Amino acid sequence: MNNPLGHCSFPLWGKAGMGAGLVEQGAGSAGPHPTPPFEPGAGSPPKGEGAGGQPLVQAHDLARTFDVSAPWLNRVLERKPRQLLHAVDGVSFEIERGKTLALVGESGCGKSTVARLLVGLYAPTRGGFTFDGQDAHAAFKGRDARTMRRRIQMIFQDPYASLNPRWLVQDIIAEPLREHGLITEAAALKNRVGELLTSVGLSPLDMAKYPHQFSGGQRQRISIARALATEPEFLVCDEPTSALDVSVQAQVLNIMKDLQKKQGLTYLFISHNLAVVRHVSDQVGVMYLGRLVELADKQQLFSQPRHPYTRMLLDAIPKMHDTGRARTPVQGEVPNPLNPPPGCAFNPRCPFANDRCRSERPQLLNDGGTRVACHAVEEGRIPRD
Amino acid sequence: MSLLEVQNLVVEFPTRRGTLRALDDVSFSIAPGEILGVVGESGAGKSLTGASIIGLLEPPGRVASGQIRLEGQRIDNLPHEQMRHIRGRKIGAIFQDPLTSLNPLYTVGQQLVETILAHLPMSSAQARQRAIDLLKDTGIPAAEQRIDHYPHQFSGGMRQRVVIALALAAEPQLIVADEPTTALDVSIQAQIIQLLKNICKTRGAAVMLITHDMGVIAETCDRVAVMYAGRVAEIGPVHEVINRPAHPYTMGLMASIPDMEQDRERLNQIDGAMPRLNAIPVGCAFNPRCPQVFDRCRAERPDLMPAGATQAACWLHAAKKEAA
Amino acid sequence: MKNMLLRWYDSDVAHSFRSSPVAILAALIALVCAFCALFAGWVAPHNPFDLSTLELSDSRLPPVWLEGGSWKYILGTDDQGRDILSALIYGARISLIVGLASVLLSVVLGVALGLIAGFRGGWVDGVLMRLCDVMLSFPAILIALLIAGVARAVFPNAPESLAFGVLILAISLTGWVQYARTVRGSTLVERNKEYVQAARVTGVAPMRIMRKHVLPNVLGPVMVLATIQVATAIITEATLSFLGVGAPPTSPSLGTLIRIGNDYLFSGEWWITIFPGVMLVLIALSVNLLGDWLRDALNPRLR
Repeated sequence: MNNPLGHCSFPLWGKAGMGAGLVEQGAGSAGPHPTPPFEPGAGSPPKGEGAGGQPLVQAHDLARTFDVSAPWLNRVLERKPRQLLHAVDGVSFEIERGKTLALVGESGCGKSTVARLLVGLYAPTRGGFTFDGQDAHAAFKGRDARTMRRRIQMIFQDPYASLNPRWLVQDIIAEPLREHGLITEAAALKNRVGELLTSVGLSPLDMAKYPHQFSGGQRQRISIARALATEPEFLVCDEPTSALDVSVQAQVLNIMKDLQKKQGLTYLFISHNLAVVRHVSDQVGVMYLGRLVELADKQQLFSQPRHPYTRMLLDAIPKMHDTGRARTPVQGEVPNPLNPPPGCAFNPRCPFANDRCRSERPQLLNDGGTRVACHAVEEGRIPRD
Repeated sequence: MSLLEVQNLVVEFPTRRGTLRALDDVSFSIAPGEILGVVGESGAGKSLTGASIIGLLEPPGRVASGQIRLEGQRIDNLPHEQMRHIRGRKIGAIFQDPLTSLNPLYTVGQQLVETILAHLPMSSAQARQRAIDLLKDTGIPAAEQRIDHYPHQFSGGMRQRVVIALALAAEPQLIVADEPTTALDVSIQAQIIQLLKNICKTRGAAVMLITHDMGVIAETCDRVAVMYAGRVAEIGPVHEVINRPAHPYTMGLMASIPDMEQDRERLNQIDGAMPRLNAIPVGCAFNPRCPQVFDRCRAERPDLMPAGATQAACWLHAAKKEAA
Repeated sequence: MKNMLLRWYDSDVAHSFRSSPVAILAALIALVCAFCALFAGWVAPHNPFDLSTLELSDSRLPPVWLEGGSWKYILGTDDQGRDILSALIYGARISLIVGLASVLLSVVLGVALGLIAGFRGGWVDGVLMRLCDVMLSFPAILIALLIAGVARAVFPNAPESLAFGVLILAISLTGWVQYARTVRGSTLVERNKEYVQAARVTGVAPMRIMRKHVLPNVLGPVMVLATIQVATAIITEATLSFLGVGAPPTSPSLGTLIRIGNDYLFSGEWWITIFPGVMLVLIALSVNLLGDWLRDALNPRLR
């Protein structure tokens, strides 16, 4: 769904009356717009729905395949077939402005690949997503790449590898500002970096240090400060607290929630930890072998999980307070993603699998507010407890 | 009589900037057949405790003082050769990464048989049969065929089962497991936890389970020791420590764990960070971050003292005892 | 500034230096040689290349501690009356300059190609690595001889500076491969690290990422290799000069001096060849030992 006016630039410079619709840059303007001076914080984006009630991010049949075949010579000599890894195989979801969608799943489910697709690190092999009504991948490739990259940012999992060990913290945080030409004057740059550090709970004096002088949790906050430098609207967070201790995780999650409220940020939160997901998300999507098996509001998912995999996952998590309850642990292991089972990917481990499950791949269908991809749910074969 | 007793263990690392005390007066015991959890954040010293017990402390780290007794016999000052016999025969070890715990060049069977023959007097054929039995016990299907497979032919969860089988090979009385499920998926984690519990109950082996995951501790352990900055902050039955923690650090820790059962707007956070080894505060190591700190905490270091159903190293409970 | 120096002095690397007598000694020797080479004009008692000061009557004098020697020529003279000590100092200067310059060129070429190969991957990587393989299959001296010989044939009456240029080029072309491969390996590792991905998400251009993000992180091993390779380059230069295709005879390097002295070795005037040889060994050894120490000091696992 393309914006008929062409390039829709989000007002970083503070036209707070965005709620009604598109900012008109002048009818029929086709050339690049001159960038007004950057006044950080001059106008925070309004919460709630944006351009015409559309969700901010809409992914449709997103797919990404990797060619992991052996080198050409090996294939010819050893007669090996081409091997394709369907890391993400048709994923669709929407995220409304100011909300958080969490994607959970175990290893090989493709959630990290989805994250990288949404920030333009990979191009999809099929499908795509729209951002604020604009085709994102076309934008990433075209002239609008800069603007798009200002509006979408990412936070990574490993606090030790996500900051360049040879750069000062000041340069690390200032890089996006310099790159997009948002602030050029040195003193203003320093000021802005100091502001950003304060907003994540660090001191502005920390900008003169190197990353190795900080702990894991502090480094993750520096990553957050860097991601927020250009005042993005959409943050993709790839397991941001998985490498952190529990008490540090609490600090970082609290900061992320505070920032979301203050700046109206939209998050895509990737995690394998369902307890954390429960804390931060509004909507949850469960992934298995590159496909979405269930997509529901948080309350629904945790109180009434529909898909057999979701149920088993929730059951398998070690609980602190409800131990001793008899549970059936999940059988088997995640199959090799290079060779997914035919039909529904979960069928070898599913207690409700029938012949249809083994041959026909289930579609993500609406079932009373949640979306589930399961034949057994569709046919009503699963007893609801 | 307890199977393992650690008394006032001090582990130091001499560096050119001075000696760092990584473990400072750690004491606990494990009864036969009991599962003790050792929980703490990074830098608390839990892995070091495990390494000291197994005798695999990396130099220049060394046990500076204190005692480790296994079945009444001291093992921290044994010569290398004797420790080697104890390690494996009486103490088995499971480490975090199943990928690097197994030698990729040897089949699983070869590694198992090697361990069995090193500690138990039996013939190769008997050792092989025992290896197959072990693999069956740890839930590996088609054990007779898979015994001749290489580690890379197993998936992550299966490999960890093989590692558990290796640890059990010589029928040890104590198993030290250092983060055995951290590198595994949630569903596999559940299977491995179940396996550990069953195996230890049936064979009567005690387990020292080192992890940072309180959920795993809650599911598996009988007792738990909470470590902070190289010291034991609290120790007691697992449900008491989780539901009625007595040490402010434990309280803060429990409150900052996101709960599967209920929604909370903000997670409780403990401000600050665990002190570095070269900057441990005088008195109680937790005093700069403690919401209930008072003067005595800043001056004197508390030992473990009774606090309800658990033992906590906290002056709050001395006050109660003295007042009573 | 003082703060930075203090911090550096207190760092692990500096401490390792201070506690290693071998490293200190090697550094001292290397520094003395470098000093002499830089200020040759003031340090050397004579100028061996100034033909007007040479006196043939003073030729083949032995060193001062032997019978017939004099304090005017401490280490003796060669067949043309040149003072060996001065010739050593000037020759060392040439050896050091050629060695350092060729290593510098090697490093620039190797690091650049390694970065490109590692970063771009694909067919570019394939082609560059095959090129490396081809270069490695030739012995280094052979390549240098080839280049030097061809240059001589093409420019028979070349001025001295061109001769040196060709020499430096020849030696640098033998050594760039190891930098390229090391840097390529490190680049492959760094490329997948999240700070590079973060830069890509921000929209930084690939060239800039290579230069500003990846390059500072892959230079560590290069420094160690370069230090050790200075010694190799100096010896290669000496070999080439010994073979006659290196430094021009008007400004002899240590290798040339060794060659000249070779003819007199068995007629009793051993000092003409031995002293340049000893000097060469000293320089190469001290640089080599420094490189060894640096590698161990920078290796995090050995600390």
